[in-house]
Amino acid sequence: MPDSGIGAAVKRREDFRFITGRGRYVDDINRPGQLYASFVRAPIAHANVRGIDTAEAEKAPGVVAVFTGEDLEADGVGSLPCGWVVTDKHGEPHKAPPHWPLVRGKVRYVGDHVAVVIAETLAQARDAAELVEVDYEDLDPVVDLAQAGEGAQLHDEAPGNLCYDWELGDKAAVDAAFEQAAHVTKLDLVNNRLIPNAMEPRAAIGEYDVGSDSYTIYSTSQNPHLLRLILCAFVLNLPEHKVRVVAPDVGGGFGSKIYAYAEETVCTWASKKLNGKPVKWTAERSESFLSDAHGRDHVTHAELAMDAEGKFLALKVDTKANLGAYLSSFATAVPTYLYATLLAGQYATPAVHCNVRGYFTSTAPVDAYRGAGRPEATYVIERIVEVAARDMKMDPAELRRKNFIQPDQFPYQTPVALVYDIGDYEPTLDKALEMIGYRDFAQRRAESEARGKLRGIGFSAYIEACGIAPSAVVGSLGAGVGLWESAQVRFNPTGSVSVFTGAHSHGQGHETTFAQLVSEKLGVPYEQIDIVHGDTGQIPMGMGTYGSRSLAVGGSAIVKACDKIVEKGKKIAAHLMEASVDDIEFDGGQFKVAGTDKAKGIGEIAFTAYVPHNYPEGVEPGLDETAFYDPLNFTYPAGVHIAEVEVDPDTGETKIVDWVAVDDFGKVLNPMIVEGQVHGGIAQGVGQALLESAVYDDSGQLVTGSYMDYTMPRADDFCEFRVGMTVSECTHNPLGVKGCGEAGAIAAPAALMNAITDALGAEIDMPATREKVWRHAQAKLKAAAE
Amino acid sequence: MYAFNYHRPNSLDAAAQALAANEDAKLLAGGQTMLPTMKQRLAMPSDLIDLSGIAELRGVCEDGDAVVVGAMTTHAEVAANEIVRSKIPALAKLADGIGDPQVRNRGTLGGSIANADPAADYPAAVVGLGATVKTNKREIAADDFFVGLFETALEPGELVVSVRFPVPEAAAYAKFDHPASRYAIVGVMVARTGGGVRVGITGAAPSAFRQTEMEQALAGNFAPDALDGISVSADGLNGDIHASAEYRAHLVGVMAKRAVIAARG
Amino acid sequence: MLTVTMTVNGQKVAKDVDPRTLLVQFLREQLNLTGTHVGCDTSQCGACVVLVDGKSMKACTMLAAQADGCEVTTIEGLAKNGELHPMQAAFKEHHGLQCGFCTPGMIISAVDLLQQNPDPSEHEIREWLEGNICRCTGYHNIVKAIQHAAQDMRS
Ligand SMILES: Cc1cc2nc3c(=O)[nH]c(=O)nc-3n(C[C@H](O)[C@H](O)[C@H](O)COP(=O)(O)OP(=O)(O)OC[C@H]3O[C@@H](n4cnc5c(N)ncnc54)[C@H](O)[C@@H]3O)c2cc1C
Ligand code: FES
Ligand code: FES
Repeated sequence: MPDSGIGAAVKRREDFRFITGRGRYVDDINRPGQLYASFVRAPIAHANVRGIDTAEAEKAPGVVAVFTGEDLEADGVGSLPCGWVVTDKHGEPHKAPPHWPLVRGKVRYVGDHVAVVIAETLAQARDAAELVEVDYEDLDPVVDLAQAGEGAQLHDEAPGNLCYDWELGDKAAVDAAFEQAAHVTKLDLVNNRLIPNAMEPRAAIGEYDVGSDSYTIYSTSQNPHLLRLILCAFVLNLPEHKVRVVAPDVGGGFGSKIYAYAEETVCTWASKKLNGKPVKWTAERSESFLSDAHGRDHVTHAELAMDAEGKFLALKVDTKANLGAYLSSFATAVPTYLYATLLAGQYATPAVHCNVRGYFTSTAPVDAYRGAGRPEATYVIERIVEVAARDMKMDPAELRRKNFIQPDQFPYQTPVALVYDIGDYEPTLDKALEMIGYRDFAQRRAESEARGKLRGIGFSAYIEACGIAPSAVVGSLGAGVGLWESAQVRFNPTGSVSVFTGAHSHGQGHETTFAQLVSEKLGVPYEQIDIVHGDTGQIPMGMGTYGSRSLAVGGSAIVKACDKIVEKGKKIAAHLMEASVDDIEFDGGQFKVAGTDKAKGIGEIAFTAYVPHNYPEGVEPGLDETAFYDPLNFTYPAGVHIAEVEVDPDTGETKIVDWVAVDDFGKVLNPMIVEGQVHGGIAQGVGQALLESAVYDDSGQLVTGSYMDYTMPRADDFCEFRVGMTVSECTHNPLGVKGCGEAGAIAAPAALMNAITDALGAEIDMPATREKVWRHAQAKLKAAAE
Repeated sequence: MYAFNYHRPNSLDAAAQALAANEDAKLLAGGQTMLPTMKQRLAMPSDLIDLSGIAELRGVCEDGDAVVVGAMTTHAEVAANEIVRSKIPALAKLADGIGDPQVRNRGTLGGSIANADPAADYPAAVVGLGATVKTNKREIAADDFFVGLFETALEPGELVVSVRFPVPEAAAYAKFDHPASRYAIVGVMVARTGGGVRVGITGAAPSAFRQTEMEQALAGNFAPDALDGISVSADGLNGDIHASAEYRAHLVGVMAKRAVIAARG
Repeated sequence: MLTVTMTVNGQKVAKDVDPRTLLVQFLREQLNLTGTHVGCDTSQCGACVVLVDGKSMKACTMLAAQADGCEVTTIEGLAKNGELHPMQAAFKEHHGLQCGFCTPGMIISAVDLLQQNPDPSEHEIREWLEGNICRCTGYHNIVKAIQHAAQDMRS
């Protein structure tokens, strides 16, 4: 195995700063003269704001300013936009009510931004925020998604609180298939609402420089360029070239740090208003709970039609998706294009139809959370397939096998718009079955029963689509942005390399993997390559990191830039070695004249490029290339997870006793990092299935507003995960990679719920809380006794 | 956090005086409840009186057939203390299961029982082991100490000095923890003593209580199946999104059995 | 204002503080030791864990005044003479971190574990980490790293 190139488990170079406490997160940054912002947040879910009295707060010690929506309005500050316009089934664009950074006249969820207090110290800002008097006129909240259509109307623009009623797939074909079906399995599912909870709370510093009339924004962002674009083009109307967004070390994102939020908007605006005083805000965890974009929150009815042998004929899915009180940056796309398009799963189901209604409710905005739409899709398919196997009394593994898309069917056009380029599902299933010891499961179950425990096993054969693309296609579907990535590869005269990437690392280890990639491509020692990310002031352009796109898209851009470097290097080498460019071959950092032993190292070529005394005519000096890569298609990682659990019927506790994950991520650059991504994803998926749930009470108060009530997975909730891999390389990107960041979170919930429901012999919704499990376990024992 | 004045007296008297001097003054022990509450601006003491400078409040000693634990003794110290481990291992185990290691390194016995959180562990020990709470003014029997939700028999200006736990013949604590906070959803301390059996329950109700029906059944037969016929009523028990009253009632039975099994060794 | 004096990472410091200053604020804001993080406001996440007189404690749930006269070790003070502490080295070696935000508290907590129990089982490690939340790693490699550090430190 290579020790630093592609495929090597290189230890992460970014770790040194983190393990020694030298990471630099936004809250670690303090700017001279900095002021502190504290937001006054709505304490009730839905109300008219009849008046805001800021007089007392303004008089409080240290207070510099108090601003409300009126101040922003007077300054022409716009609404936070949703960047993806979904066209509904009647050809109408989705309803996009304004989302003001500070409310104008109405609050729509607990935590909504009513005013901001800016003071010399944080304590002063918080003390004064309590002095802002708001006169609320209570309105009925809309909390229950299932009833959202009948509730009080939250936005004038959206009657029935409906944002869109959208569909995908051939309904007639599905209906016809159901007519023919020998068997139909039906299932009602709730995909529980989650709160992302990256361990670093969001934070921002807005800093206006009066002298240069420019802005610097430090932000916990997964995509600094996108944040800049949104703030400049839509909200604050700033000249983009005068705004620099820095996203330094970011302590996890999982989607929640993709979006443009009110807080960084207000800090940036306020800094100008206050003559260039930097304005800093750091979320308290309780604010994160209230105001970070939440994830999931679907209510679904699904039906699967089969023939007598269990061949899938058609799938129909009807989903209500909670969008929250306002549309977050990509909220509309998540339950539509990132969800319904995945409903074919790994199966050759000929017809699929999905109807999605997106609703506004008096809850925090909902947007992409690790997996974004795809975990919801996998959950629907893999739960209903498991239930179908139970209905048909078939082995769940074999039912899946019977319906897999076969290797010779690729590229495979699904009935829900996507074209899978490649995949090979059976070997992955076989490997997982082998690893878990499926053949001996009955024996293990009997052993558990002898100890008074209920054992269950559950499968999840997931597929995901990573690296949303290509831009033209997503554009035709309503995306407001392009989904390419950029890279700049710059040789320094002494032969070291600086790589600038638009992807952003907040735990993924790009500084290591991207350097491995460049080292392999250019033959430059790994140590001499530096990866620069997270600063619009340094990086040409970028779309950031989400949707497991960094390597497939960002990595591909790097490859393209490297290719350009080599191409130019060949011209210089040919000149130096007095050969024809066509005869130059590049390998392992050496430009060679084919068929001779003449060679020049890439370091010497770089030096020559910057000291071009002996240089080819017509070639520009310098060795510094930029490339943009727009993918041709999504990539389609797929795999099988199998969970085995033991339930204690006395208490309802579920113990995960074994977990096997076999994933096909295409080519793997750094297996250590990939496995780490899988572990983390599984933990979040297990969290969703077993522990986590955002609960609002009837009045719209968030009951699970802290770690006292929102159950974060802890170390003792897990067993060791056993991870295996199979490889079918992606056919359409230069690396053959697919992406691995979300797979665990996509696969895990269905695997775990299938295992628990197998143990219980009853279908239950997530999260499988101990009380719920206890009730069903008791019912099972009682039924068995009768 | 709101602003306050900070004091660190080095005698019990000075602490009592400082406490009496201001109506809104509060004691600060390990701070593991007080400080989070203040950070969330749910408490607004004018003065905080830090008890950590008072040596006599800290430590464990044997006193006849009892173990006396100073109010400022941390959970970690109780868990590791040789006297506690040999005389009342159930108490050491209980202390070792409170919160997490960092909370145990600061949180104290006195702070825990004075706070009387319905989900705290120590109240089960105080009630279950039939302890006596010594304050700067008097001694309070376990059965009289916990009065209600976050409410004790302590009067204004009164502070816990130590708790005297009689050494049982056998005892054990079984806890079913809250999934998020890891406090007790239900915690049961079962103790067999010369005078009979005591069953102290925390988590289930607004305040720690004794389950007398179980005590009687176990007095006749200190074995898990002695509890078989007893059904705990859900009336008056706590219910929330993590556990309904009915589920808690059921768990009282399960945890009591587990405690009996553990106590029998 | 109060004057607090303590030894932080071997250096004596004395500063005037507002009584409501938490130890973590003191470290981050007054001493610029930003390796100690704040991840919650309910004393549960453990991002802020430091050693106070050798024991791991949550610096967010302690007043700076309560650390008066104490020895405090933060993540910045763990490496000695330019050499990583074996726990730090093990976290790197076994990929026990991703975003790095929980890492300082996690490492300090694990150091305390090994002081008390030099040879913990996997189960004991997982239980010890009750007060340290990580959202990235699924804990798998954190547990591995601690197991290996324990081995390294025993040998
Ligand atoms: C993350 C976390 C998890 C926890 N998990 C658990 C758990 O599982 N089980 C559990 O039981 N507890 C748990 N706790 C609470 C913990 O045990 C606290 O330490 C305890 O409740 C309070 O003790 P303290 O010494 O910290 O008191 P403080 O917080 O300092 O004080 C608490 C209250 O008691 C008063 N007080 C303190 N000392 C005295 C005294 N000597 N006399 C009179 N009044 C006094 C104070 O004025 C205050 O009102 C947890 C806490 C945290 C932060
Ligand atoms: S910051 Fe979360 S426990 Fe201290
Ligand atoms: S590494 Fe990100 S929270 Fe642990």
